[in-house]
Amino acid sequence: MMEWILQIAPVWAEAHAPALLILLPLLAGPLSAFLPGGGRVAWMLTMLVTALCTLISLILLAQVQSVEGGAIISYAMGGWAPPYGIEFRIDALNVLVLLLVSVIAFLTSIFSWPTVQSEIADGKRAMFYGAFQVCFMGLLGVAATGDAFNLFVFLELSSIATYVLVALGSGRDRRALPAAINYLLMGTIGASFYVVGVGFLYAATGTLNMADLAIQLQDVGGNRAVQVGFAFILVGLGLKAAMFPLHQWLPNAYAYSPSFVTAFLAATATKVAIYAMIRFLFSVFSLEFAFEGMSLALILAPMGIAAMLACSFQAIFQADIRRTLAYSSVAQVGYMLLGISLGTAAGVSAGMFHLVNHALMKGALFMAMGGVILTYQGTRIHDFAGLGRSAPWTMTAFAIAALSLIGVPLTAGFQSKFALVSALLDSGWWWAALIVVFSSVLAVIYMGRILEAVFFRAPNNPHKQHKEAPLLILLPLWVLAIANIWIGVNGNFVYGLARDAASALFIGGVS
Amino acid sequence: MLEFVLERGNYWAIIGLMMIGLYTLFSATNLIKKLVGLSVFQTSIILFYISLSRIDGGTAPILYGGDAKGHGGGHGEEAAGHGAAAGADAAHGAADATHGAADAAHAAANHGMEHIYSNPLPHVLMLTAIVVGVATLAVGLAIVVRIREAYGTIESDEVRAMDLEVARAEYAVDHPDEAPAS
Repeated sequence: MMEWILQIAPVWAEAHAPALLILLPLLAGPLSAFLPGGGRVAWMLTMLVTALCTLISLILLAQVQSVEGGAIISYAMGGWAPPYGIEFRIDALNVLVLLLVSVIAFLTSIFSWPTVQSEIADGKRAMFYGAFQVCFMGLLGVAATGDAFNLFVFLELSSIATYVLVALGSGRDRRALPAAINYLLMGTIGASFYVVGVGFLYAATGTLNMADLAIQLQDVGGNRAVQVGFAFILVGLGLKAAMFPLHQWLPNAYAYSPSFVTAFLAATATKVAIYAMIRFLFSVFSLEFAFEGMSLALILAPMGIAAMLACSFQAIFQADIRRTLAYSSVAQVGYMLLGISLGTAAGVSAGMFHLVNHALMKGALFMAMGGVILTYQGTRIHDFAGLGRSAPWTMTAFAIAALSLIGVPLTAGFQSKFALVSALLDSGWWWAALIVVFSSVLAVIYMGRILEAVFFRAPNNPHKQHKEAPLLILLPLWVLAIANIWIGVNGNFVYGLARDAASALFIGGVS
Repeated sequence: MLEFVLERGNYWAIIGLMMIGLYTLFSATNLIKKLVGLSVFQTSIILFYISLSRIDGGTAPILYGGDAKGHGGGHGEEAAGHGAAAGADAAHGAADATHGAADAAHAAANHGMEHIYSNPLPHVLMLTAIVVGVATLAVGLAIVVRIREAYGTIESDEVRAMDLEVARAEYAVDHPDEAPAS
């Protein structure tokens, strides 16, 4: 289906696609930090780089799909053969994550310019875009690498850039600074726990390559060092993925960072951490280990359900809409974890499907938020009253994404929740399926509260004139909104990718 | 039992350091002290990796004596094939040395080497981790400076109290009809 891409793409791009994907933003990031022109040139370079990365991800997708059942592309960095050298390993699972991250980065960077102009000081804009590209590169690296320690390095690269980006929200609200330092402390603990875990695995097996680790762990079996390593890795990645109750850093970081950063992070950062968790749960470790089955049933499933309930309730009582959306993000992470905790191909593919859909809807919601912050300077429900009349295009897209978040039929959210519920029923977890439905009702309340204010309440300030977000915001916003409807009507393309991803894990995904 | 505990003295020290770091991080209200705790915590991890790499009787992982001449014993034939003397072919020599080191990671002792070497790989990994730690600490300190500028304090509980006041004021604006809590 995607062969045409392989036919047009130049040979060098196909041969070195995994390396180019990381190198482009890695080189362009520091470069754009020093570009003149008040950030405008840096913004254009960012758009160019993210567009090229999207193309490279498409090439990789075509390469993976060129073989029946999904090819595995192994790229030896610097010509050092794995397992000693660092390997980039692309299969059906992470190509989906790579494509998601680069598409979202491209759309959000188009969207970014008007908001960056109003929120970031003149002299900092070029640096801001530089930090963004480093963050983007780190996320791609986490998804692409096949080396456990290299994953830590990329995770920290992206995180350090993220702390900077969050702290830059202080131009609009000084509360961004405590949010950034909290995120830094929690995020560093998470990454350090992950490194400790990798250390235990290395002590037990003597290798850091994930594919090699999987083989060596089969021989070592479930000894104490492996179990401790597993626990450290699960907690570390859980912190990065905002797994309940390790999500405390997230609401403030999302609420006070610049609009551009929120839209990008909400759609990608936790998703990449969840990908890494899936990779370790099913590819490095396997369900044959008794402790893994137990941790899925006793940790991931209860934590996922607790997130769905507790954070949905918390979302209802937030006055700031960005905090509502942030708590809802933690709740949605709960859905993904619940799907993963089933430990079946259907469960993981439902989780991956929801991961992609959630990125699309949260991206759209936070972009619409960015538009409103730009035009009306308000983020509270009060400020949103009556906006349906004064900014119909922005708010219609917001409403589409909100309905998708609730899971109304004909939207993306419905498709993935349906996949999740049927996976739960297949495994006989009917009680969990009921909780999913109940938590969706909570989503109706917290999103409905906002939609009611937007469309049915009189404007707070009667002099509020007709003010639509600029075209640069509306364009990517509507692309995402239409993607939500398209997946809702015909979800086969994305669901097919998610199914391929899950089957890459469960059928011979190890070697 | 006592022997079991004493033999692992390095790990007890690491666990102790790790707990001190985490406790400081969670209990201190001063943001600089929190960052100090974070640093102690990260340092304990570096020590953890370094003690993993230590092998009984092992020396620093630099080939010497008979091992250096043959580019590492296991590759004697290969090395002889391209005219043994160390340094004759710089690029190839470097490649062999790295390969030898990587093998050492699996089993240093039984690899036909004259001497026993510690595993160099964890050292290299920790060089990277140190750099990452320094960068994190630098960003953290920079943010603390900005917090001092914006709030006039670096005590996290005072910062939280100020933010709470702002939130209360916002709530009062949104709900003008409600009487303020005394």
